[in-house]
Parts: sequence; C-alpha cells; structure tokens
Amino acid sequence: MLKWKRTLVGRVLGTLAALALSTGAVTAKTEVTFFYPVQVGGPLTKIVDGYVASFEAANPDIKVVPVYSGNYLDTTTKSLTAAKSGKPPTVAVLLATDIFTLIDEDVVQPISDFVKTADDRAWLNGFMPAYMASAKVDGKVWAVPFQRSTAVLYWNKKAFAEAGLDPKKYPKTWSEMVAYGKAVTKKDASGRVVRWGVGIPGNVGSAQWLFGALAAQNGVRLMNDAGNKTDLTNPKVVEALKFWVDLNKVHGIHPPGIQEGGTTPSDFLEERIAMIWTTTGNLSNLLANAKFEFGLAPYPGNPAPASVLGGGNLYIFKNAPAAEKEAAMKFIKFLTSDELLADWGIKTGYVAPRDGAWKTEAMKAYAAKVPDILVARDQIPVSVPEWSTHENARTGKVLNDALAAALTGKKTPEKALADAQAEIEAILKPYR
Amino acid sequence: MKPSRNVLYGSLLLLPAVVLLWTFTYQPILGTIIDSLFSTPRGKRPAAFVGLDQYQRMFDDPVFWKAMVNNLIYALTTIPLSMALALVMALLVNSRLKGQAAVRMAYFTPTILPMVAVANIWLFFYAPDYGLVDRFLQIFGWGGNNLLGMPQTALGALIAITIWKEAGFFMIFYLAALQQISPALLEAASLEGASYGQTLRRIILPLLMPTTLFVSINAVIGAFRLVDHIIVMTKGAPDNATTLLLFYIYQVGFGYWDTGYAAALTVILLLILALIALFQFGYADKKVHYR
Amino acid sequence: MSADFRRKPVVALTNFAGWLLAILWVLPLFYAFWTAFHPSEFAARFDLFSPWTLENFQRVWHAAPFARYFFNTFALVSTILICQLVICTMAAYAFVCFPFRGSDALFMMVLVQLMIMPEVLLVENYRTLSKLGLLDTTVGIALPYLASAFGIFLFRQTFKSIPKELEEAARLEGANGLQVLWHLYVPLAKPTYIAYGLVTVSYHWNNFLWPLVVTNSVETRPITVGLQVFATIEQGIDWSMVTAATMLSVTPLVVAFLLFQRQFVQSFMRAGIR
Repeated sequence: MLKWKRTLVGRVLGTLAALALSTGAVTAKTEVTFFYPVQVGGPLTKIVDGYVASFEAANPDIKVVPVYSGNYLDTTTKSLTAAKSGKPPTVAVLLATDIFTLIDEDVVQPISDFVKTADDRAWLNGFMPAYMASAKVDGKVWAVPFQRSTAVLYWNKKAFAEAGLDPKKYPKTWSEMVAYGKAVTKKDASGRVVRWGVGIPGNVGSAQWLFGALAAQNGVRLMNDAGNKTDLTNPKVVEALKFWVDLNKVHGIHPPGIQEGGTTPSDFLEERIAMIWTTTGNLSNLLANAKFEFGLAPYPGNPAPASVLGGGNLYIFKNAPAAEKEAAMKFIKFLTSDELLADWGIKTGYVAPRDGAWKTEAMKAYAAKVPDILVARDQIPVSVPEWSTHENARTGKVLNDALAAALTGKKTPEKALADAQAEIEAILKPYR
Repeated sequence: MKPSRNVLYGSLLLLPAVVLLWTFTYQPILGTIIDSLFSTPRGKRPAAFVGLDQYQRMFDDPVFWKAMVNNLIYALTTIPLSMALALVMALLVNSRLKGQAAVRMAYFTPTILPMVAVANIWLFFYAPDYGLVDRFLQIFGWGGNNLLGMPQTALGALIAITIWKEAGFFMIFYLAALQQISPALLEAASLEGASYGQTLRRIILPLLMPTTLFVSINAVIGAFRLVDHIIVMTKGAPDNATTLLLFYIYQVGFGYWDTGYAAALTVILLLILALIALFQFGYADKKVHYR
Repeated sequence: MSADFRRKPVVALTNFAGWLLAILWVLPLFYAFWTAFHPSEFAARFDLFSPWTLENFQRVWHAAPFARYFFNTFALVSTILICQLVICTMAAYAFVCFPFRGSDALFMMVLVQLMIMPEVLLVENYRTLSKLGLLDTTVGIALPYLASAFGIFLFRQTFKSIPKELEEAARLEGANGLQVLWHLYVPLAKPTYIAYGLVTVSYHWNNFLWPLVVTNSVETRPITVGLQVFATIEQGIDWSMVTAATMLSVTPLVVAFLLFQRQFVQSFMRAGIR
C-alpha cells in the first residue's frame, strides 16, 4: 500500500516538475521563440544571448527565447517538426534555400505582410539585391537575409612560396588553378601525397553548394528562379563536374573520393591541402589558428569568375499568434540593423547583407585590419543563389548522390547528372 | 467466483500496460498500414487514397533496394561476427586469465557508451591522414584513405564500429552461461581424453544454445533498430552506401516530410521483423527449455 | 574451464591473445580521452609530451548547457524506471496469479513489442504524441516505453518460479492480492528487479533516435541529443572539443560502471539466461 502511495506521489511530483520546467515561466510579456543554427562554433551562442539581452532591454514588453537547434539541417527539421505539431517557433534562421519547402508546407508568412510604413519599406530596400533575389517568390518577400556568406578560396601563401609561385597571386582561371595546384602538390619519398593542391568539399551539404559555384564559373545556372526546373544535362554543367572529377583523376591535385567539409579547415591548417574551397564563415577560425600566412581569394572563372551565395535568412512562422509575430518583426528589424549585422559579421565571418553595415565605423575599422572580408563582399555581385527547388531536401539529395557517384568514380559525370536530372524532373513536374 | 475474480483483478492490473501497448505499438502498426495506402498531405493538399501506389513507388525506388541490400549485409556481418567475437572473449575471460577483471572491463566498456558518443569518437578515428585508423594503415603504406567517403568501405567502417560496441555486451551473456556449465562435465570429458576442440564442439557449444538464441534475438533487433551512427557519421552517404532501412524511414519521414511513403517503408520493416520473430520464437520453442 | 585442461604454451598464448584484444578494444577510448585533455593543435598531431589542459572541457561546458542535459536525462531515466517497474510488475502479477481466458493470447501479443520497438514506428508515434500535446516533454519521450515487453516477460518468469505454496500460505493468513504482491513476490524478485533496472537505465540513458525526434528545446533534450546537436557544426569540426564533449557525456555512466562493476556484470548475466 505504502509503495503505491509513494510511487504515485513521486510520479505526480515528477510529472509536475517536468511539465513546469518544459513549458517555462509564465509571464505577461509577449514571448518570441527564436530557433537558430550556429554554424561556426559554440561560443557564438553567447553573442546571440547578448543580442537578445540588448533587445529585451530596449523592449521590456517582449521576451525572446533563443533556442540553439544544431546545424542548418537540424534547425530546419526542428522548425518544421514544431510547426507541424502546432507549436511553431515565432521566428527562425533557416537556409535561404528552404524557401520553397517552407511555402509548400504552408508554415511561413511573407515578411512583406508586416511591412507597412515608409520606414519599413526603406529598411527592406536596404538589403543587397543579390541576397534578396532568393527571398522573393510570387512577388512577395518571404524572408530577410541575416547570416549570409559566399564561398571563397583560401590559399596557403607559405606553400605557394615554397613551390616557387608568387605567394600574392591567386588563380584567376581554372587552368591557373590546375597549374598552381600541380606546382604546390607535394609527395614524400614513397610517392604518397603529403600536400594536395586543392580541396573542394564533396560531402552532403557542401557538394551541391560548391557545385553551383563551379557551374556558375562555367557560365550556367543549375536551376531556374521559380525552383521548378533544373538544367543538369546542360553540356556546360557536365563540363563543370568533369573538371571537378579530373582534378584528382587527371591532374592528381585533389584528394581522391569525397573531401569532407567538416575536416577541410583543419586539413588547411595542417597544411595537408594548399587551396581550399569553403565558406567565408571559416575566416575567423583560420585567422585564429593558422600558423602560416594565407589569403582569401574570389573563385577562378572559366573564364568569368563566379561564386555561390549561402547562409540563412530570417523567417516568420504563420501559425504563431499575431501579437508574437508583430514582436518577432521588431526583433528581426533589430537583428538586421546595420550595427548588429556589422558586429555579427566581424565576430563570425559571415557577410553582412546590407550596404549600410559596411559603412559603419566598426566594420570599416575591421576591414582595415582584415582586408580579406572586402574580397568576400565584392564577390557577391557575381555570385549565384544556392540550389533551391521545391521539395528541396529530396532534390538536393538526388544531386548530392549524383555528385558523390561521380567523385568516387562509380558513375561517369554524364551518367550521374543524366540520372539525377531524370529523377528530379519526376519530382518537380507537378510544380509546373 | 474465482474465475470472475481473476478477470476483475487481472484486467485491472493489466490495464495500464495494455493501454500503453495499444497506443504505442498496436495502434501505430495499424495506423502505419492505413497511412501507407494514402498519399502524403502537403500544406494545402489533403491526403488521398491511392491504394498500392506507395508500394509501387517503393518497388521502383533504387534507394529503397540499396537500403534493403545494405541492411542485409549489415545484419549478416554484424550479427555472426559480434556473436562469435563475444564467444571468444567469454572463453578468454573465463579461462582464468591474469587480470581477468580488467580484461573483462576492457571488452565491456564500449557497450555502456551511447552509440552517438561511439560514433563521434570513431568519426575522429576515421579521418583521413591523422585519424588513428589511417595512421595505422600508413604503417603498411596504405594511408590517405577517406574510409567513410568511399562507397566500398563506408558500410564496412560502420560495421566495425557496431561490432566493437556490441561484442562486449554479448560476451556477458556467454560468460554467465559458461560459468553455469557443470565442471564435472568438463572433467569427465578431459578424463576421456577429449581435446579442447572436441570439448568445445560437443559439449560447450550445444549447452550454450539457449544463450546463443537469446543473444541472436538481441543482435537482430539491434541491427535494425540502431541507426544512430549513420545519423552522426554519414547520413547515408556516400551515394546511399550506408543507408539502412530505419534511417531511410527517418530521412523520408522527417527530412522530406513524405509521411505516406515513410509509412509504406515502415510496413516493410515491420514485415521483416515479424518474419524474424516468427522464425526465432518458433525455433526457440523447440530448442530452449525454461527450467 | 580449468587451467589443467591445456598445457602451458597454450595458456600463455591465450593470455597473450586475451590481452592483445583487450588493448585493441580500449585503445580508441584512451586516444579519445587523450585528445580531450590536450589542446586542439595536437588532435591531428600526436605528441606524447604535449601539455595537458582542461581548456576543452571549459569551452564545452560553456558552449552548451550540459548540466541541463544531464538533469533531463536523469529525470527521463528515473521516470521510465519507476513507471516500468510498477506497470510491468502489475502486468506480470496478473499473468501469473490472475489468469483468465484469453490472458495467454494477451501475453503473446505483449511479446510483439520485444521485436517491434517504439522507434520503428517513429512516424506514427510522433503523430500520436502530437495529438496528445506531449511533444517536446520528458513524459512524451518516456511514454512509449513504459509498458516494457521485456520487463513483463522477465518479471513473469521470475514470479512463475516462486512456488505456489508460498502464495497459498500467505492467503491463508488473510493477505489480499496486493499484500501478497508487495510482501511476497516483490522481495523475492529483487535480484531480477536490480538486473532489469540496470538494463533499462543503460538502454534509456543511451537512447537517441526517439528523443531526437520528440525534443526541440534545451529543457527536454537528453544528453545523447545534446551531444549530437553540439557536435554537428558543419564547418571546422574541432576534434578536441568534440572528444571533450563526448567524454563529458559518458562520464556518469563510466563512473557508475567502474563503481558497480560487479553488480552491473552480474545483473546483465542474470537478465539473459533464465
């Protein structure tokens, strides 16, 4: 008998405690839940907390609950999961490329719905057009840029000098990159490569991103702006993939198989790879840890240089209560103010997506110290949007699988892309 | 009187368990089967009855077949290998090895770690060039491999981790069973001049059959249930070389939000588990005697 | 297996093989342990005399709310354990002492859950929780597991092995059903309870996929999901941080294991065979 009572009491208390802790304190303030991914390392959660505190100090009737949700993919999954179960976050930082998926699942509301005054419109117009392009669908602005990036090339100046190259010159064309890569590839006595010329991450998530850049450098886009048609069998697209595969197969300057994005920065720091293709977001990490001089370069072209845009936008979720959405809008305006974007850009290496941010004193001082970030900014006008279609997760996977098959030699570039195009056509046809 | 009292008390005592099992095992099984006959609702479009369309799609889906093949390979390697290794470990530990307790702990420690922790550690070890495994291979001149990035080796790399983690767990059960074998039996065998090999084959292994069955059930459940390492290390890549069925279900259900298709895939998984259960429990009835 | 059985060289070989395998088995753990305590530069470069540091652990501790994750896991596992003990005992008791027509068939149905764990039915169970409004709660994570088929099976075995005479004697002394359960069956089944307890605690402490799907927020995330969320930074994996975070996550279990090694091993042994 006693056991029953004890167990019952224990269970009730436990449940109450669990419920109380999980639902959080009850306040009279408007509560805004903010899901965000952190892509460049743990301590940044402290910075976000700092921003939240400043915002709350200026807006005492609003409480922001920041929820760190993992990487981009995880944050998207979490946001969609929460939205579908009736408890959406109010605002979230999600990939710009998720836009079609979010619209199709009917979980987000256009930012343009909240833009009412002339001030609002001025604010909206202050974002860089290249970044806004991927946020507009059917004439409405669905999201605003927040932590955006472009893909860049980092090169090891010390290795270049060692190999007899001019350490200040970075490759401007594909053939230059191959030539420099060959010069700087180093082998040991047994013929094993100890330093590769160039590494382009080909893992899921990085592959489709950087392939967009390669295709753009060759003068083509992978998909249309409406996100319902892809162009993977275009000969120039196939040529771009062939170029990537040949970096290892023919020229021997790229690690075999798939280069992992996660280990690429440390590969660079360990001088295992002399030129890496990765995000501007890695700049702070490399600056802090590199024991050699390195540079940040725009991508080479074939012949016109081009890169790909990346990163996350701020989305408002449709089914959150109206008062919360209004409050979220205030938070979004706060987060995208010129000063804050400059601060965030300096601390992370993300590119501030507003021209105004680049004119702030803090940013100008930082650019004087680290002129490399201007390189990233200047590449934006020649950068194309990231892979983005309806059912993005699925089509992205098909493309990534195709790229992996080509990079590991299981399929020829032609076949891999042809198969992928056919599969994606079947997925996208209903959306036309 | 007694029968109706039994019914009353019996039902009351069973009520919580039955309700929970219904809600989280039986009703979902039925729900999954029904869902697999409908299309996926998307935003504004509700689900529509499509009959066996999802199954037709599955039949035509190369990724599904890859997942099935992978799961088969995975099961057929991890299960016998980890069991055999577990038996060897148990025999080693039981043979009054010096420092027996330490050795036993060494074998068992990977088991108590969560698979996600194991996966993170091994992600580090499989890193090309400076990872422990590649450094070891470099001694033989085979370095520079991205074991997780090559379709031929990725699944094998995951299988190695699973065996590393699970063998110690099964070892414990074998150890218990070994210790229950009457020493008189073994002495009789040695008196009759039987070699170690003969004793092993004729006496020890047959007596271990119940344990082997129990361990194999656990191993099979684990082979289909545990996909944590895929989520952490490869996410099914490269090119689906490491996609297992439950992982594919997770990807389709929570990545693509294609719940209709995920239901069809789940039905297949349920069928596989049911078949295995039938086989094992049917077999069990003949071989195992409880007391 | 007595040592007289085989001759000396065989014994030596067995010792050597056993030790070699053991070293091979713990080597990964030692290396991960070593990396966690050394600065990031040495993650890729093994230098025996590099400085030891606690910096990684400090950074990890401040980067993610591990204390909260531990609390969540502890709350989750305790809830599951207590509820499972109660519910499964009740069910086993019913099967053994209050059989009625159809209870055998019911028991067969219970066994289904042995093979079909709740995570297999991921999508449906998620939907059910959503309807109950229990998403992103500790109770929600626990609910599908509370009626453990393994527990019912095990306890039924144990109860069955208790002689009927004891029950009859207790009844003659005027004990009712619940008193018989509490004063007779439960104490006699204590070894089984301990065995089962350890099995279920380690299972649920290490469970990942279901909690991953169910939880969204820090307040409910258990340590396995917390570790994963922390480690999936897509750019620049810092191995020292990841190994430090991993070491941190497994410490409670390893410490518990080291302290209660013998009971742990013995309980697993008991849980299987009978």
